Amino acid sequence: MIRLINITRTFTMGEQAVLALNQINLQIASGEYLSIMGPSGSGKSTLLNIIGLLDQPDSGQYELDGKAVTDLTEIEQAQIRREKIGFVFQSFHLIPRLTAAENIELPLTLGGVPIDERKVRVQNALQDFELEQRANHRPAELSGGQRQRVAIARATIMQPSIILADEPTGNLDHQIGAEVMLLLENLQHQGTTLIIVTHDRELGSRANRQIAMRDGKILTDQTHDTP
Amino acid sequence: MTLLDTLQTALKAVISYRIRSVLIVLAMSLGVAAVIMLTALGDGARNFVIKQFSSIGTNLLVVLPGRAETAGSFPGAVLGQTPRDLTLHDAQLLGRLPQVKRYAPLSIGAAELSTANRLREVTVLGSNENLIPIRHMKLALGSFIAQGSERSAQIVLGAKIAADFFPHTPAIGQRVRLGDSRFLVSGVLASQGESMGFNTDEIVIIPVDYAQALFNTTSLFRILVEANNHEEIAAAKQVILATLKQSHDGEDDSTVITQDAVLATFDRILHTLTLAVAGIAAISLIVAGILIMNVMLVAVSQRTSEIGLLKAIGATSTDIRRLFFTEAAWLSLVGALLGFLLGQLGSLLIRILYPQFPAWAPSWASAAAIGIALITGIIATILPAIKAAQLNAVVALNRK
Ligand SMILES: Nc1ncnc2c1ncn2[C@@H]1O[C@H](COP(=O)(O)OP(=O)(O)OP(=O)(O)O)[C@@H](O)[C@H]1O
Ligand SMILES: [Mg+2]
Repeated sequence: MIRLINITRTFTMGEQAVLALNQINLQIASGEYLSIMGPSGSGKSTLLNIIGLLDQPDSGQYELDGKAVTDLTEIEQAQIRREKIGFVFQSFHLIPRLTAAENIELPLTLGGVPIDERKVRVQNALQDFELEQRANHRPAELSGGQRQRVAIARATIMQPSIILADEPTGNLDHQIGAEVMLLLENLQHQGTTLIIVTHDRELGSRANRQIAMRDGKILTDQTHDTP
Repeated sequence: MTLLDTLQTALKAVISYRIRSVLIVLAMSLGVAAVIMLTALGDGARNFVIKQFSSIGTNLLVVLPGRAETAGSFPGAVLGQTPRDLTLHDAQLLGRLPQVKRYAPLSIGAAELSTANRLREVTVLGSNENLIPIRHMKLALGSFIAQGSERSAQIVLGAKIAADFFPHTPAIGQRVRLGDSRFLVSGVLASQGESMGFNTDEIVIIPVDYAQALFNTTSLFRILVEANNHEEIAAAKQVILATLKQSHDGEDDSTVITQDAVLATFDRILHTLTLAVAGIAAISLIVAGILIMNVMLVAVSQRTSEIGLLKAIGATSTDIRRLFFTEAAWLSLVGALLGFLLGQLGSLLIRILYPQFPAWAPSWASAAAIGIALITGIIATILPAIKAAQLNAVVALNRK
């Protein structure tokens, strides 16, 4: 359960202040499938980053699962990111010197999960995302679709309750992108909240709930029962 | 993140940035090796000098004419003509002291040594039968000026002189002319080469009174005295000075140098020198530290998006700081250990090439070099690590 109340985020570029988010009020229930669309610069990524606790609002309140998280310490926020939130990025953000398996293992390592359990969970994730043959390959040796699958495996290895995907198919061709979307939607079917930022109308319309943004404000917020 | 995981993760980074890591490790190890090898040389020189000094005699006191103001200098050479000379009588007085085991008067000069078909100017030492044991010299052949026979005109030749003058016949029993007097060769010194700037292979030794007659003098250059044992050196020095003062009508005009004091002075000087050299070499470790700082700063900006990602998946600032510190610690640890090996290997090489030279690095130097390497590595990473930890996650993620 995500609740944003009067969230405002301003960036200052030299003399100029850019109002990236302007009094955003938004409530997202657990397990929802939500897409955020809008023109470039409308504040989509900023909203996603604030939900993912990567960025702090200038004003307003953010409640996650009934708990105010805006004023938590850096360490507490890091813990929430680690345990409750999984990020998927347009450019994958895999660590080039680590193998696919090691990239997937990273959140478990950061979380101090014992090595034996780590190996089992990574093995299962590799299976789930059909990456067993690629376990010991580095990102440079993987296709775009495989890289994004590794990134999704990494985002889900901690079994987060929220997946935040910023243009997850932006660097993939149409068919591979559709496959990646199916993977993400499959996670949502299993109960994970899925929030996707996209330019693509067609992709955005797959979500039950669709939000359109413009100039840091939510323009429309529509819910469809069947996608 | 557990310590073990931090160590492993940092080690992986060290290994994957191979060229960068090799360069840092090299810089670090050369610094450590330099400290170790230079202190090995310095300490080796110290031990070498001490050994040389000990080889010229044990419990040795050197009496010379003239007053010395500072211990450890050689005033006889500085002051030149002195108020009152040391005489053979003085030497005999010293020989009677209970603290003195034996003495050897020393008169020194140059004269022409000749046989029927050879002639050469040589350094002449006039002394008695005690010179050989006091100065730890050895005879290769024959005997030294026999005990109680200071009056007989016998001569001992240095190894090289004996070989030059009598290449085909045994030197013992041959007659030679030194200045205007004739001498019978009674012995030949064993070859020792240069020792304390004095080549005993190219000298001849005759009884001291012959030497004094030859040089037309009653004075002595030095009196060498051997104390009964190490504990009595200081007492011997006191009584020698007192005896000479009395013999010289109450005039305090002699100097006694103990081998101990000279040794201690050399020891101190060379130890200080070793420290200074080690300090200079340690500067190269600081330079290596600056290199680490630079490289880690580059690493932070190269890996900006990686740091952003780590934050996104739940790393705290502390995790990120630790990762960078650990990476630097690995680099300096490997550098320090490699440097230690290189330094020891270098010292070994010196010892193999110059077997007389005891080039062993003192353990304090090795420990200090490794310690400084590790500490500079860690200190150099403070700034880069803080910079990395402070990066804004969103900005870092969007950096290409
Ligand atoms: N770190 C920053 N510093 C300054 N301005 C920023 C920063 N991040 C975002 N902005 C500005 O805030 C506004 C919203 O940016 P945001 O990235 O959220 O847009 P977006 O909707 O995700 O656009 P796009 O579709 O191009 O990704 C933009 O005007 C952008 O220039
Ligand atoms: Mg964006």
